[in-house]
Amino acid sequence: MADHRLKPITPLGHDAPHSVTLGPVTITEVTDTALASLAARQGEAKAITDIADAAGIPLPGPGKAAQGATYAAFWLSPDMWMVEAPFATHEDIVARLKPHFGEAASLTEQTDAWARFDVTGEDLPVMFERLCAFDLRAHGPGAATRTVIEHLGCYIVIRAPGHLSVIGPRSSAASVFHALETAALSAF
Amino acid sequence: MIINHPLLGPRDAQEFTYLGDAALMDRPDGMAFPSAEAAQDAFHDYLYLRDNPAGEHRELWFHEQGDRSWLVVTRNTVTHEITKVEFARDVARRRGRSK
Repeated sequence: MADHRLKPITPLGHDAPHSVTLGPVTITEVTDTALASLAARQGEAKAITDIADAAGIPLPGPGKAAQGATYAAFWLSPDMWMVEAPFATHEDIVARLKPHFGEAASLTEQTDAWARFDVTGEDLPVMFERLCAFDLRAHGPGAATRTVIEHLGCYIVIRAPGHLSVIGPRSSAASVFHALETAALSAF
Repeated sequence: MIINHPLLGPRDAQEFTYLGDAALMDRPDGMAFPSAEAAQDAFHDYLYLRDNPAGEHRELWFHEQGDRSWLVVTRNTVTHEITKVEFARDVARRRGRSK
């Protein structure tokens, strides 16, 4: 194989994940997660539930996210999920999932399509009511949804109290980050 | 306007895009007509003729900024009251369609 001397950069263009603390809130770029979408093929919904169960991949219900030992997942649409895994060990996530699911599911590499920003701190609803229509006060850990932030379709996954992930389109990573910063500065 | 999504609950209409009359789901099968003219007439009606009711209307909405499902929404065009929301795929399958 050719010896490429290419330097990986984060979605925001830095060498290392960028982080900023604004008042009580910290916004951090997260690059250590591999992503793949998993869609059950027609009539295979039951089959992939059993396969995922055996492989340790959680398949949460509508509007939900779940964390397993290695894999995590959040619900995208009926019979479709986004599967998350540690990038260090699962950079080739589709190649690792495919042997489990075979022809029962369609798997698509999503890692480089998205930029993930984890937001931690108190009073996150005060910040996010300025950003999107998703009501954080009405949802707790384990909730996940797609919503619009700064005209961009983004996923919000609530990991724990005071900790959530915003997963936005990578090509607009700087815009998503700017929107998060602006909302935090406005709220606090 | 709020659309009560069958799985995700009440969602703001801003998250959705509108396609039009739910009759668009019933595209005629061009090969099932006795003549080309009959098929052409059926496609003409499918493409260009719409009812324009003042009252209950079944229409297709796409949850673009949500779970990206197609919905059949029954909406009153006078009051904007929404009385029923179903997945378009469920409606199609009930009519014997395979996909």
